[in-house]
Amino acid sequence: MDTYAPHTELKILKDREKQIATKGKDSALLDCDRKSLAGSVSQRACVFCGSRVVLYPVSDALHLVHGPIGCAAYTWDIRGSVSTASELNRKSFSTDLREMDVIYGGERKLENVLYELIDKYKPSAAFIYSTCIVGIIGDDVDSVTKKVAQKTGIPVIPVHSEGFKGTKKDGYQAACSALFKLIGTGDTSKINKYSINILGEFNLAGEAWIIKDYYERMGVEVVATITGGSTVEDIKKAHGASLNVVQCSGSMTGLAKMMEEKYGIPYIRVSYFGIEDMSKALYDVAEHFKENNDILKRTGELVASEVKDSYAKIQRYKKDLKGKKAAIYVGGAFKAFSLVKALKYLGMDVSLVGSQTGNKEDYKILNEMTDPGTVIVDDSNPIELSKFMIEKGVDLFIGGVKERPMAYKMGVAFCDHNHERKTPLAGYIGMVNFAEEVHSSVMSPIWQFAKQK
Amino acid sequence: MLLRHTPKEVMEREALTINPAKTCQPIGAMYAALGVHKCLPHSHGSQGCCAYHRSALTRHYKEPVMAATSSFTEGASVFGGQANLLQAISNIFQIYDPDVIAAHTTCLSETIGDDLPQIVAKADAEGKIPPGKIVVHASTPSYVGSHVIGFSNMVTSFVKQLAETTGISEEKINIIPGWVEPSDMAEIKRICAEMGIKITLLPDTDGVLNTPQTGKYEMYPTGGTKVRDIIGMGDNQFTIGLGKVASMPAARALDAKCKVPCDTINLPIGLRATDEFIDKLRTVAGVTVPESIQTERGQLLDVMTDMSQYFYGKKVAMFGDPDHLLSLAQFFDDLGMQVKHVVTGTPGKKFEKRMQDILGDKEYNLKSGANADMFLLHQWIKNEPVDLLVGNTYGKYMSRDEDIPLLRVGFPIYDRVGHQYFPTIGYRGALRMLEKILDIFMSRQDRDAKEESFELVM
Repeated sequence: MDTYAPHTELKILKDREKQIATKGKDSALLDCDRKSLAGSVSQRACVFCGSRVVLYPVSDALHLVHGPIGCAAYTWDIRGSVSTASELNRKSFSTDLREMDVIYGGERKLENVLYELIDKYKPSAAFIYSTCIVGIIGDDVDSVTKKVAQKTGIPVIPVHSEGFKGTKKDGYQAACSALFKLIGTGDTSKINKYSINILGEFNLAGEAWIIKDYYERMGVEVVATITGGSTVEDIKKAHGASLNVVQCSGSMTGLAKMMEEKYGIPYIRVSYFGIEDMSKALYDVAEHFKENNDILKRTGELVASEVKDSYAKIQRYKKDLKGKKAAIYVGGAFKAFSLVKALKYLGMDVSLVGSQTGNKEDYKILNEMTDPGTVIVDDSNPIELSKFMIEKGVDLFIGGVKERPMAYKMGVAFCDHNHERKTPLAGYIGMVNFAEEVHSSVMSPIWQFAKQK
Repeated sequence: MLLRHTPKEVMEREALTINPAKTCQPIGAMYAALGVHKCLPHSHGSQGCCAYHRSALTRHYKEPVMAATSSFTEGASVFGGQANLLQAISNIFQIYDPDVIAAHTTCLSETIGDDLPQIVAKADAEGKIPPGKIVVHASTPSYVGSHVIGFSNMVTSFVKQLAETTGISEEKINIIPGWVEPSDMAEIKRICAEMGIKITLLPDTDGVLNTPQTGKYEMYPTGGTKVRDIIGMGDNQFTIGLGKVASMPAARALDAKCKVPCDTINLPIGLRATDEFIDKLRTVAGVTVPESIQTERGQLLDVMTDMSQYFYGKKVAMFGDPDHLLSLAQFFDDLGMQVKHVVTGTPGKKFEKRMQDILGDKEYNLKSGANADMFLLHQWIKNEPVDLLVGNTYGKYMSRDEDIPLLRVGFPIYDRVGHQYFPTIGYRGALRMLEKILDIFMSRQDRDAKEESFELVM
């Protein structure tokens, strides 16, 4: 079974020791929510990145990155967030600030660019992202956007996402604040009493459409999926919904809280990943509308039929995967919870689990749900991850773009649970896809040649 | 239609870049630093910069890419990033144990006025740099130039800060390869070995970003220019820079510092530019061109003649980095193809002049620097369609919308493999490029031919 080598053998930055724990050995409370140490090869990104990934899916809005070219170049169409609407979001617009702009300020350039773009593309709204440099040179983006909004008649919303002003999480919050300015400006008169918004669903590989379909089959109206697959118009009337269902809690709980305070809309936290969590996400909504018995009845039928269907399909993968060891390193801890459950459902063991941005409560939950010996890490780096992978002898790594080649070099199968996923992993069908993807990676014949050392 | 928002009419744009044909300096500095053995690139700025550059390079190479960051916070951006960099230097040597840290700035640290030379000197004075270890620094503001300039600045910093003269000269040539792929760097080394010439290649990402699967994760792979070789560049006979934008500053810096004479020639892509390179090697090193290299040239020329009718008259649009574009334009023009549209986001006055020297009075559109982006290129293509689009992965939108095949060359290539392993420079590289272009044209002909004109033998 699991032979455990104490992590004190690794070279770990002294200040990081409290950000790593082993279930059954160390305290369940990680010292997380800290800034990364200077000099670390952190897998984390910045505030701008957080805002950009949250708002990017709003497809008929103009997304203008106010800063030097890099910030726009690196976020040009990087999210597999799909839309059948305008797709204006897939273009990369930048003010491309140059040296003179940095000296004299970029306000006038920003203003002129906005008039030009709004005139040309007639977007439903515009998001203006502030980057590091804008925070330093002190451009008054608020007053520029206000002026342009008045002149053009569309919402022109500043996103305060200067990279250095915190972590990706702060970027989520800045995005929530930006969205909050849109919400409450649309017509809600036609919205049904049994209605929800889905928050924190980005429609990667069309996932939002799958989830929306489930709720609609239950008899629940989905006003807006924020932000995946939504238009500006959908978001504007989101305050007309009776309930907010928050998935990917890291990014959108802030918005749910703001909406609760201002519009009295309650919220629940859900995950659409894995059979168990998916069913709970549907039942929780049905429960909320329990005065309508029809909804509950339809939910029961839907869950029964979907579970039956997916269960059968998953069985064929389970026998191969039983007892294989997995490592998880993802952005948000909530996703990690679901992954732990889903891997267990497939009969796999979780040897290592971590996140870039989890909080104390999150790590406590992870500690409760994992088996003794599981290593839990916060804001990790490649050296740590690779050493734990070797110690634990993992067969599968679940992570994002920067972890993939590392896993492959080590002869470990990989599953992308981030922006680069190609098939939907949410919902019942998503769990089948997940099982298939994990299976096809773990069982590939190439590992007989590419063994871990 | 992914790019249905691109109108055909080309209008004046004030100050706006849509779908850029460039990115910012720091990623170039990071790529250059990865080409030094046991060097850890360090991004002195916010965490995001470093994460983006690592992701971009990882997507391009499908390799782990290591770099550290100063992790700027609000405090650092108000009070300066000195404390962050000092702490970073100490942490990095303590934990990651590289031989060299190559620190570059970002727009943030540049604008708040962090003085890297002073901070590094302070780190040294405070004993944060262990004996035998080195910190190299480069100024790479994101709002000046482009990724190519960042590359050039970092290479120049290495030369300026490390190269030395002992007075005893070595029978070796320095080659600054420019921003080319690991496979190209390997090809330069192969060609020189074939010609019996000893070289120091700086940087050299061969063996760093094209490493084999070994079952182990190596933070510092075996490749990369060794520090002692960089120091030794000051004693070498001559420096050949490949590509004026990416390599001339470093070649000249070495001349200024260590009196090593230099010449910067075109990037050896295509027949003529490779001829120039081989000839330069021959004269500088005083060797004769071996039979094997002449055979490679002959084979390239053989395919050029055998297949000339497939190339002649074909129209090309291209975007990318200036050094690449010049040599590619020369190659395409030599093949009888028509270079119609050229765009580079990298600003540079001499580029337009050099392109004119190549293309003469032929009709073509060209723009560089501000507003020279793929949006503009697409508009030009709508007005005058072409047979082939040449550029990085971002060209695939245009390619799909206009049904024009894309030959992937340059950085980044996120959606194909091969660039890590197969060169585009030298005679072999040119041959491979011809194979790819022919494959594109012939597949298309097969696809589009009417039944009666569908040919078995082509």
